Amino acid sequence: MASISPDDPWRPTASWEALCHRAQVLRQLREFFYREGFVEVETPLLCREVVVEAHLDPLSLTLFAHPSRADQGPRYFLQCSPELGMKRLLAAGAKAIFQITRAFRAGEQGPWHNVEFTMLEWYRAGDTQEQALGRLSRLVAQVLHTPGAQVVSYREVFRHHVGVNPWHASAGELRQAVRRLGLGEPAGHWPEDDPEPWRQWLFAQAVQPRLGWERPVIVFGFPPSEAALAQLCGNPPVAQRFELFVQGVELANGYHELTDPEELRRRLEQENHKRRRLGKPPLPLPQKFLALHQAGLPDSWGVALGVDRLVALSCQAQRLEEVIAFPTPRA
Amino acid sequence: MATYHTSEFRKGLKIQLDGEPYLMIECNFVKPGKGNALYKCKLRNLIRNTVIDRTWRGGETVEAADVEEVRAQYLYRQSDKFVFMDLKNYEEYELSKDQMDDAWKFLKEGMECTLLLFNGQPISVTPPNHVVLEVTYAEPGVRGDTATNVTKTVELETGAQITCPAFVEKGDKIKIDTRTGRYIERVK
Repeated sequence: MASISPDDPWRPTASWEALCHRAQVLRQLREFFYREGFVEVETPLLCREVVVEAHLDPLSLTLFAHPSRADQGPRYFLQCSPELGMKRLLAAGAKAIFQITRAFRAGEQGPWHNVEFTMLEWYRAGDTQEQALGRLSRLVAQVLHTPGAQVVSYREVFRHHVGVNPWHASAGELRQAVRRLGLGEPAGHWPEDDPEPWRQWLFAQAVQPRLGWERPVIVFGFPPSEAALAQLCGNPPVAQRFELFVQGVELANGYHELTDPEELRRRLEQENHKRRRLGKPPLPLPQKFLALHQAGLPDSWGVALGVDRLVALSCQAQRLEEVIAFPTPRA
Repeated sequence: MATYHTSEFRKGLKIQLDGEPYLMIECNFVKPGKGNALYKCKLRNLIRNTVIDRTWRGGETVEAADVEEVRAQYLYRQSDKFVFMDLKNYEEYELSKDQMDDAWKFLKEGMECTLLLFNGQPISVTPPNHVVLEVTYAEPGVRGDTATNVTKTVELETGAQITCPAFVEKGDKIKIDTRTGRYIERVK
């Protein structure tokens, strides 16, 4: 028999044991949602429109009709998440839906990122905050065999690990905290007047690595500038959004979904404004998405969870490629 | 001027920061789901050998360093200057004692080595991994003491001092690993 190097590019990067384990986790996830009364749905990966986000870059292609004119046809996107299709179903009357699907994000490749990844996303109309958090906590505890999640507020956890109030700290104060905590020096362009990138740096490097070692941690209530498509409430306003962390890995992201069509348009435009400031081309406003909000999106909570990361955490893998057969660089 | 985009960042990249060349020795990609990508890098200054941490936001570009390695011969020392010759075009280069770092300890006239040029100017030299040098001074060894775990300090023809086994004597030729500065063996 010819000798085979484990580095032959045709070979999977994940072991067969890891892939069998992955199949078990997928099965567990489906069974969980069937038991909870959710219906599994499928929405297109190839979409005419995407939700505009400053820091998510969708891949796109030309939907040509004939290969001799491959550059002629409408531009379609590979979805960054199934949010758009699933909200269309909710607005059309669906009550509790889940989907396990592929999502694509340009440029996101690293030990805990793969450009093409598997996402579990679910929505339930009429959920309360407790119901939404409780379901996520049960799901993760079941798959990872951990106690239920601890819920902490963004403000508290940030203050605890960074030592400043994330709501009121200026860019200058946050920059000082970066230095004080020994996170290294900024290089390139870091705005002096905008606290948001500094706050994200501190959260990613000083807070997140410490979260979820004894049990999963749900961080609740994000700054309004990071609301994405979550509702704001309270005074000062807090985004009704949460993230779940296990062993320093961001695993899931949940929103009390924004329903107001005017506010939605404003936020999408704001994201395009941020994109321009970051030197990225703006994305077209998603017209069908705006229209479904005009028609009426029921009050709901939606949660997205990175399945590859969940599988990796459940078998003590150090990198996603240990649980993905053919990661994008080898696809 | 060539530049690198953050998406091209990887270990081994040579970049220029504040006018000095750096080697990227580590690069970590951090991306919060809803936030900007961060590239957290460890960089080694190719002139001073110091290591620094720098974090970029995704989407930035950084200047590439014009760094080149050339094969050269060490010619001679003139007070605090060390003179080298490029083996391809016979061009002469000078390094100061500071720029030599520890390399002066291992280089003797005529030896081949690798010079690192930044914007065409020499910034450092790497001697061969192994060199053979003559011992020019050693305390006489105690007779019969051949155990290798007994050491002493001797002086080499370059003027450097090195720790070696007690049996090494003046006039011996010894082989040294220049990466660690350690004695390897006596050469007959």
